[in-house]
Amino acid sequence: MSEQEIDLKKRRFLTNATSVVGAVGVGFVAWPFLSSWMPSARAKAAGAPVDVDITKLEAGQLVRVLWRKKPVWIFKRDNTTIANLKTLDSELTDPNNEENQQPAYAKNTWRSIKAEVAVIVGVCTHLGCSPTYRPELGAADLGGDSWKGGFYCPCHGSKFDLAGRVYAGAPAPTNLIIPPYHFVSDSLIRIGVDPKAS
Amino acid sequence: MDNNKSWIDQRFPLTKVWNEHLAEYYTPRNFNFWYFFGSLAMLVLVMQIVTGIFLTMHFKPDSANAFASVEYIMRDVDWGWLIRYLHSTGASAFFIVIYLHMYRALLYGSYKAPRELIWILGMVLYIALMAEAFMGYVLPWGQMSYWGAQVIISLFGSVPFIGPDLLTWILGDYAVGDPALNRFFSLHVIALPLILVILVFLHIVALHTVGSNNPDGIEIKKNKDKNGIPKDGIPFHPYYSVKDIVGVVVFLMIFSAVLFFSPALNGYFLEHANFVEANPLKTPDHIAPLWYLTPFYSVLRAIPPMFGSQFPGVVGMFAALLILIALPWLDRSKVKSIRYRSLPYKIALGVFVVSFIILGYLGMQPVTPVNAFLARVFTATYFGFFILMPWFTSIGKTKEVPTRLTE
Repeated sequence: MSEQEIDLKKRRFLTNATSVVGAVGVGFVAWPFLSSWMPSARAKAAGAPVDVDITKLEAGQLVRVLWRKKPVWIFKRDNTTIANLKTLDSELTDPNNEENQQPAYAKNTWRSIKAEVAVIVGVCTHLGCSPTYRPELGAADLGGDSWKGGFYCPCHGSKFDLAGRVYAGAPAPTNLIIPPYHFVSDSLIRIGVDPKAS
Repeated sequence: MDNNKSWIDQRFPLTKVWNEHLAEYYTPRNFNFWYFFGSLAMLVLVMQIVTGIFLTMHFKPDSANAFASVEYIMRDVDWGWLIRYLHSTGASAFFIVIYLHMYRALLYGSYKAPRELIWILGMVLYIALMAEAFMGYVLPWGQMSYWGAQVIISLFGSVPFIGPDLLTWILGDYAVGDPALNRFFSLHVIALPLILVILVFLHIVALHTVGSNNPDGIEIKKNKDKNGIPKDGIPFHPYYSVKDIVGVVVFLMIFSAVLFFSPALNGYFLEHANFVEANPLKTPDHIAPLWYLTPFYSVLRAIPPMFGSQFPGVVGMFAALLILIALPWLDRSKVKSIRYRSLPYKIALGVFVVSFIILGYLGMQPVTPVNAFLARVFTATYFGFFILMPWFTSIGKTKEVPTRLTE
């Protein structure tokens, strides 16, 4: 066989084609591994609704339950608290709940179905800590007389009022999340299920 | 013996490697104590791997059993307390040694050409080490483990558009829980140590290709004798291998003092809240990462949310870390060592070190208006060091650099 000129163009094409096919292969092989990090069928199934009996809940008292592995607060507000919520607008980032952080039926000043019963996901919208319940009026470490009760996040200092609305200037960008919930009866709340449209 | 050696050498370059990297690896003769920290870092790495292997034999990577299994190691396993405290104290010691090692590079311009790649590999090592330490801290499944994981992983949730899905992917669930603990265990025990060892290997190969810098910042390879050996160089072995043993002895004295008398070091090496099992319902009253991450944590807290998102803070935190990689190109000075640098550089380096330490301190403190203000000031000076570097390294009068080592 006589010595032929090497066709570099053809050789380069073959190299590139092989590389591309190889890369596609790597992508296909990587997929099952990357995908294995998604929530498993078991983790997905664990999001069942939670029932909370509030018969014994006094005004000002707060209970925490786990729903989808997140803390949810249920607490009762007295009339003073409800009245105070209306006076805070100027200090809040989003007093009128423009951000979609609550179901439509909780888009009101107190961010709940009933003004006296609050149901809030207790996870700070900054970086996921659970803020501390600080209902006492005028707490010295939280701004003194202007503090009308609320929540204080120990991690980065975000403050929320007793409707879970964030104070302006806090690291948290948005109000706390209100979960879907409804009243099965006057004293029983089911968290995780919207009220039936009636 | 010699027969054995040649039998091996015909099949594996044993003598060649020994000579190239130890017996005939010529190192500047004027190393001071700042040059201990590279070999100390390797010592700590080996210690962490060995103690880690033994801890893995008793630890249960399961959110229901992890906390109890650590208590079991501490109370019931023979010498388990020692192995665990070696590992936990070793983690903090690793960062002390690494921070001093990095500061040495700043002092003597060890990151400057031709050692940019050593610096970059070192920075990647540093970042991998942070990931390794963070994941290790999650494993005991105490309150700090849990809420620290919650905060750090939530950082990824703030990425625009893909954030929430990315968060779910990392956690393998809709909140921090068993899947996260289990995969962190895998990464902490297999993936990251493997990466660390490979990076250390590359770091050293790159170092031995260009040769070590020294406190004078003079290239000793520019002055060679007729055999091609640098006039100011001495073989690493036995001169520095023996010297490093002195460093090891002093290090182990200090290390043992902490290990045996105060392994938690008043909450700095093991935080008090982590002696309580993880409780997803209650965040501890004060949470902060361990000390070695706090400077960056301060930057995160210092930057306020913008456009209804706290992503800028996250970007700021990662930028504070990644900007270090650009150091070799930001520094325009012709002089490497602090001994011959201009006054503006010396002032800037001082401001940088103070900023870093104060940011680290603020990161451990609760947020108050004063602290938040200070964190912003020192975040500005921290970034100022890098942004203004091309300017302050090109002004001012540098001293004449001698052609040979001075001591």
